[in-house]
Amino acid sequence: MKLLLSFDSTTVKKPIISKVTLESGALINILRASVGARKGEIIIEVPEEKVEIVEKILKSEGVFVSELKKAVEKNEERCVHCGACISVCPTEAIKRDAENKVVVEEKLCIHCGACVTSCPTQALNLPSI
Amino acid sequence: MKTVQEINRKILDGNVCVVTVKKMKEIVEELGTEKAAREVDVVTTATFGAMCSSGVFFNFGHADPPIKFRKVWLNDVEAYAGIAAVDAYLGATKLSESNEKYGGAHVIEDLVRGKEVELRAIGYGTDCYPRKEIKTEISLEDVNQAIMVNPRNAYQRYNAATNSSDRLLKTYMGTLLPNFGNVTFAGTGEISPLNNDPEFRTIGIGTRIFLCGAKGYIVGEGTQHSPPYATLMVKGNLKEMKAEYMRAAFFSGYAPTLFVGIGVPIPVLDEDVAKATSIRNSQIETKILDFGVARRNRPVVRWVTYEELVSGKVEINGQEVRTSSLSSFYMAEKIMNDLKKLIEKGEFLLSEPIEKLPKVQEVKPMRQREVVVVKKVMNPAITIRSDTKIEEAAKIIIEKNINHLPVVDDDQKLVGIVTSWDIARAVALELEGSVNKIMTKNVITVYPEDPIEIAASKMERYKISALPVIDTKKRVLGIVTSEDLSRLIAR
Ligand code: SF4
Ligand code: SF4
Repeated sequence: MKLLLSFDSTTVKKPIISKVTLESGALINILRASVGARKGEIIIEVPEEKVEIVEKILKSEGVFVSELKKAVEKNEERCVHCGACISVCPTEAIKRDAENKVVVEEKLCIHCGACVTSCPTQALNLPSI
Repeated sequence: MKTVQEINRKILDGNVCVVTVKKMKEIVEELGTEKAAREVDVVTTATFGAMCSSGVFFNFGHADPPIKFRKVWLNDVEAYAGIAAVDAYLGATKLSESNEKYGGAHVIEDLVRGKEVELRAIGYGTDCYPRKEIKTEISLEDVNQAIMVNPRNAYQRYNAATNSSDRLLKTYMGTLLPNFGNVTFAGTGEISPLNNDPEFRTIGIGTRIFLCGAKGYIVGEGTQHSPPYATLMVKGNLKEMKAEYMRAAFFSGYAPTLFVGIGVPIPVLDEDVAKATSIRNSQIETKILDFGVARRNRPVVRWVTYEELVSGKVEINGQEVRTSSLSSFYMAEKIMNDLKKLIEKGEFLLSEPIEKLPKVQEVKPMRQREVVVVKKVMNPAITIRSDTKIEEAAKIIIEKNINHLPVVDDDQKLVGIVTSWDIARAVALELEGSVNKIMTKNVITVYPEDPIEIAASKMERYKISALPVIDTKKRVLGIVTSEDLSRLIAR
């Protein structure tokens, strides 16, 4: 499951991810991070069975946690279903459906952004974190 | 045998049989060409892809007092004004002077979407056209003509692209991942117009087509026409076009361009026409070129069929590589269906070509003065061994008044490079010992036969001032510096 963590000026300074990894024993994958001096946001991927404990530890540290369901966002008005984005996606999250429309399989998207710059019609955007 | 006139009569009588070329292939497979030719009157074909050679001729009407454009911009995108006073041609790939992701294609789409754009122009100020500048807003309704004329559209087939280099490339063929990471291709293969009439029996000068939602016409063969890589020059009235059948695009790291939707109806005159429309992707071949080599003659990695390209995976050097299409099969199918409906409703009649497209034409390279290669400008390199002492290297650099020392092994093979900067740094840090410690091991190099432009772009990209010239065995043949090049290339 993908979790969106929001840090404030106090929590941002602490080595919280390391702490969570050590205490929960969960293999955490950092997908995206935007961390500044006063606040930060990080998207992590956590194995389903560890979500509960990871969330608990994070919250006890004062981190705001929410589940991230959204994948990269596709503007259907601009997308022409060419498929230029398909082969650049590392997780094969972008596919053609039976009608030859290009679709993103949300749960496979790791928010890497590779498809965003490859789209000629600027139809793709990472949801702001 | 049927004639175009007979088919048109059927269209007007409302009993014409139109199928998409996708369906036609099934029909031919099932019934054979003879029966298919009897049953089907019209086959619709289409393509929808980024077509750089596209643009629009405008006539803006006269201002008061009147102006003869010296230069004209639409939303800061310059249009060609070297024609009559208030005529101009706006090309799809022309970049805006103030917005790096906006170009001619975007102006065209904005106009079709009913938006106003800013027209800015400067004039000569003549007796008949005294005005020297103008700034105003215009919409598609305000202009007298907006005629799309695309010098090269609807490529029959196109070379696919991959990238052997270790750098991600941003090209007009989209994003090419390093180390053969992906393959991109263009064209819609077996449903594309020209693949279904390779003899140009029904597609020719004067053929009425579907162009971005409007009725358009084939003007003739397009630029770079070279069957089986045939192309079309087309025209249509921008005022009648619909935004859903076109899309402004921007290929990151390259330029703006326009996705153009084209549908071409093929009258099934006889069995031969029916047979031609049964072509399959497995019969359409093209090359995969290596864009990792920045030369005109990019190496052919392999030949490939559209069947493999469309399948999503092709094999290169024993590895499965994923493919990306740059054309939209979804939109092409939509256009085939929409054109089919227009014909069935009697709103779109077929036309006979008044002249054939040329069947043989070659594409020549540009006549150039002389391609200067690295070999001609390189200097002999003074090389050292990796066990050379730093002190010794410093001495050589000062004595010979040079900045770069390629480091070689016993066989003269390149293993590193030491620059005067490395030496200065070593001295400042009081490092001692051999240059092995301080040399750069990952050396950027060129080959003697590379044009000097390649050397220049490598220096620019890696922000370095010299490149060892090596042979295929990595033996150092010489060195070329930015000074050698700056004398020859205006940058
Ligand atoms: S590259 Fe862009 S336009 Fe093409 S299918 Fe992907 S999202 Fe759509
Ligand atoms: S953001 Fe990355 S993982 Fe998600 S769809 Fe785009 S390329 Fe695939």
